[in-house]
Amino acid sequence: MPEISLPESLQGVEAVRSVRIPARLDYEFTAGNASSRFLRGIQQKKIIGQRVPGGRVYVPPRGADPERGQATTEEVEVAQVGTVTSFCMVNVAFYGSSMELPYTSALILLDGADLSIMHLIQEIPANEVRIGMRVEAVWRDDEDIEPTLESIKWFRPTGEPDDTNVRIPGEDHGTGLGSWVGGVAPTEALVRNPRTGKGGH
Amino acid sequence: MRDIAIISFAQTPAVRRIPEVNEVEMLMPAIHGALSQVDMTIDDIGFTCSGSTDYLAGVGFSFVSTLDGVGAWPPIQESHVEMDGAWALYEAWVKLQLGELDTALVYSYAKSSPGDLPMVLTRQLDPITVAPLWPDSVSLAALQARSLLDSGNYTEAQFAEVAARSRRSALDNPNAQLAWDRSAAELLGEDYHIAPLRKSDCAPITDGAACVILAAGDVARSKVKRPAWIRGIDHRVEPIHLGLRDLTVSESTRIAGEKAGVADGPIDVAELHAPFSHQELILRDALGLSSDVNINPSGGALSANPMMTAGLIRIGEVANRISAGDVNRGVAHATSGPCLQQNLVAVLEGEA
Repeated sequence: MPEISLPESLQGVEAVRSVRIPARLDYEFTAGNASSRFLRGIQQKKIIGQRVPGGRVYVPPRGADPERGQATTEEVEVAQVGTVTSFCMVNVAFYGSSMELPYTSALILLDGADLSIMHLIQEIPANEVRIGMRVEAVWRDDEDIEPTLESIKWFRPTGEPDDTNVRIPGEDHGTGLGSWVGGVAPTEALVRNPRTGKGGH
Repeated sequence: MRDIAIISFAQTPAVRRIPEVNEVEMLMPAIHGALSQVDMTIDDIGFTCSGSTDYLAGVGFSFVSTLDGVGAWPPIQESHVEMDGAWALYEAWVKLQLGELDTALVYSYAKSSPGDLPMVLTRQLDPITVAPLWPDSVSLAALQARSLLDSGNYTEAQFAEVAARSRRSALDNPNAQLAWDRSAAELLGEDYHIAPLRKSDCAPITDGAACVILAAGDVARSKVKRPAWIRGIDHRVEPIHLGLRDLTVSESTRIAGEKAGVADGPIDVAELHAPFSHQELILRDALGLSSDVNINPSGGALSANPMMTAGLIRIGEVANRISAGDVNRGVAHATSGPCLQQNLVAVLEGEA
């Protein structure tokens, strides 16, 4: 740091160590077409995914299929039952979270969907949650249903036997963890291009 | 230098507010339009680069989610700039100059409507001494306009002539947001908005998106009959302190124009990114454009100003006119930041 020369009147004045500059911007955010359609489904206690005809079913949908780069024009209702594909046990309280500790946050692949959603697992001790476990959505009371994914309070075990053949989303065509074949990282040759059908063999 | 051309350009119609779609939904028609015009898919593209900013719509990492509209799987070579798409085009041009790739997709987009744009833009100012004062973007431009009037070089009547001509030209642009035929004299009768600027001196607030495809050499020639070759491109930045600059001139534009070779041949058309009428006058001088140059036949940013995109549109508009055979050589300019802080100039030309 170069030596700074101060005018006499400022010598000995305490340095400014911090300033507080609050900034607030308000936005009138809209969900967009695809998310609106999804949320309208939630209002009717339906979970509705979207796809490009013939493509994968995305839920929740954002309007575009990242594999095809096309608009997802077709709606598909998926099951409210699915399989845990991964989970974590949360032992720290985050800002804004009113959950009792510890709780389990999981990726759940709903039957009929190709994208797992993230949600809470309850009604089972946290340390008994496991990959492959079958779970079902637990909705709020009907009068409290709103166009938000929070209308599903959490998922709970169905009691069905575990899916021992749990499918990682994308595994069947070279995406996700499943594309690490024999410990080899995915490369262009190993990853199937969903548009051209090349690679991934 | 490799010969690199713009071979396709598409934009969404500019509108004040598109609440019914999210950003990727708004953007997809531009991307798919640009690709389909030259019968290409994402699999024919070597490099993808986009320009956007999260501050406008208030969505974090929005550029990652808009990549869904491209088809970015298997993982593509991609980059993003927190700048107008014209700078994304510059990055793509540099990437193609390296010689490894022959094609690039460049896009940009903005939904400015969810926020209060003049307030949002204060966040790009010096965070300690300027941003806390929340000087809105129109007020900053008005400071510049006042300096220009005070210099004696231009008058409010000349501002009004730019404003009137731009909206009249926009009558021929189906993508324009503001298009009307009113005289400069009539505009001078308007009340001041933020003096000395009237509302007609200011660009509208716009939601919109645009996409350009670049290709090198014979790839470009194989795709279109008349590619718009990028003969020169350069960009320069002014210091962040507005008080350091002579606001009546644009030294960064002058240097960028010189480096891009604006003066190396006749200019048939110029698309200048001037969100305020007086800025067109400053830019015209900085680029040394003569009075017979057709300026902003699209209507310019005064007729449609999607943030992060209006600069890329300027390049696309010039390219379209060259590819259509209407003109042979043109200059496109893009700006970013307050009072023409950063400026990019590109010279485009048809095949000799």
